[in-house]
Amino acid sequence: MRRIAALTRNPAVLALVMALAVTGCASKKIPNSAADLGLGAGGAGAGGVARPGTQQDFTVNVGDRIFFDTDSSVVRADAQQILARQAQWLNQYPSYTITVEGHADERGTREYNLALGARRAAAARDFLVSRGVAGNRLRTISYGKERPVAVCDDISCWSQNRRAVTLLGGAGS
Amino acid sequence: MKFTFKAFLIAAAVAASFSAAVTVPARAVLEIDVNKGVVEPLPIALTDFLSSDGLGAEITGIVSANLRRSGLFAPIDKAAFIEKISNPDAAPRFEDWKVINAQALVTGRVTREADGRVRAEYRLWDTFAGQQLSGEQFFASQSNVRRVAHIISDAIYERLTGERGYFDTRIVFIDESGPKNQRVKRLAIMDQDGANARFLSDGRAIALTPRFSPSRQEITYMSYEGGQPQVYLLQLETGQRELVGNFPGMTFAPRFSPDGQKVIMSLLRDDGNSNIYVLDLRSRSTTRLTSSNAIDTSPSYSPDGSQVVFTSDRGGRTQIYVMNADGSNQRRISFGDGTYSTPVWSPRGDLIAFTKQAGGEFQIGVMRTDGSGERILSSGFSQEGPTWAPNGRVLMFFRQAAGAEGPRLHSVDLTGRNEQAIVSPNFASDPAWSPLLD
Repeated sequence: MRRIAALTRNPAVLALVMALAVTGCASKKIPNSAADLGLGAGGAGAGGVARPGTQQDFTVNVGDRIFFDTDSSVVRADAQQILARQAQWLNQYPSYTITVEGHADERGTREYNLALGARRAAAARDFLVSRGVAGNRLRTISYGKERPVAVCDDISCWSQNRRAVTLLGGAGS
Repeated sequence: MKFTFKAFLIAAAVAASFSAAVTVPARAVLEIDVNKGVVEPLPIALTDFLSSDGLGAEITGIVSANLRRSGLFAPIDKAAFIEKISNPDAAPRFEDWKVINAQALVTGRVTREADGRVRAEYRLWDTFAGQQLSGEQFFASQSNVRRVAHIISDAIYERLTGERGYFDTRIVFIDESGPKNQRVKRLAIMDQDGANARFLSDGRAIALTPRFSPSRQEITYMSYEGGQPQVYLLQLETGQRELVGNFPGMTFAPRFSPDGQKVIMSLLRDDGNSNIYVLDLRSRSTTRLTSSNAIDTSPSYSPDGSQVVFTSDRGGRTQIYVMNADGSNQRRISFGDGTYSTPVWSPRGDLIAFTKQAGGEFQIGVMRTDGSGERILSSGFSQEGPTWAPNGRVLMFFRQAAGAEGPRLHSVDLTGRNEQAIVSPNFASDPAWSPLLD
């Protein structure tokens, strides 16, 4: 059994959590732009031009997230299009490692939703791998229902929270 | 983070149970039948314990709140009292208490010993039979006065109901603060009445689903502190934390075996499904109990350790299953409409509590261990995660209103009629009841 103190901290994971923390957008707008993710400051915002091969380019021009139906991890047709674009981009820029986050809405219990988020992340990962992205570049993590992006109590919010988000884990890491 | 109650235990060991001179051989005159469908709360008079300061009134207040919250007692307004107790060693004027319909009466005294310890004594009287039912005294440090009040509450509850009490217990839970989309979720612990809340983690990483060891001052929980969400152990007396097992992926939904020697939990498979494993804390050996291509999670042992209840969506929607502790004989037991999750075996062994989603609501309910006799105890927009009081009579769970508000803890008894809000410092979720302290 390892002690916690012996665990190495992964800077990529910390950066990822911070990026999530500033996604504090409580509106009903789907927060899929770089600006919504807090990445636009000083760089290419929603209205700017993203330099090819950058995180902004990926988020703005490709789309970093897909959505799921209630209690489902089936990758829908619209999500397949986004993931296909993601795979194409990731194959073009092979130095990036990738983390796929799986999330659930709040209409399920905590432990089950951790498992459901994991299943969604795995479904998105498997699709990317099927389109040629090397499996050893990809890791997955589930946040269950613990990290909603949209905060309200109706279907419009729940549908935004049932998501898998592809994050670039840093070039060459 | 060292607990002070160990020092108290030593003090409690020398506390003698004593009988007053007026004690009559026990005759079960006054008793609450908790097995009746509807229990009318018993009118009870709780006089302020005599003391030279406010300590006596404080103890009586804690006992009164405990008994009232149980739903089995109706403490009488002190303004109605006729007799003023001046000598708790003497028999009270029973007529004065009968006339205000106090069926039971509690008197007591708090004094300080030369060594600084607090000495608390109480007597429980049956007013209609005109006799003392019980009397005990306890010694404790000043910092353990609340605990003495809980022990006295348990003694009164046990004498009048014939059931074990559950007031000298703690709740480990997740303290939640901040806006919903960036909420801080920290491990925390408090007494069952919400007092003495303390944090057990710093909140930098999300912590979830803490559960008490049945045998040691130890909890198991899930945390993101290592980057990958995994199951940990925390020793409450030393603050030492350890990762449970050495698994490649996410581990979650941990619970102890009844002997405290194993942790049962889910392990995420590479294909996105989850299976149930058990890890022996001494030998470090792991055993896989389920292997379905499904989400198998939320395992909970029967109190004799022979069986495990869990959930699976192997049949489509998530339902409750039971298996033998070695993984054999897996069978579905829930067949109602909707989905079922978070099953927890009663410490009595007779019932399984669960969360059910049906008709757009979340419900807390119980069923017998073969799935029959389902009863819904509480319904709402969002509520989940029942935990049993150690006597198997009360459940605590967490409830959330629609919108940006956070969750709060609530309790409900097995009749479903006595629902109570539990005080917590901030928003709170994932309560887990400790065993009775000893």
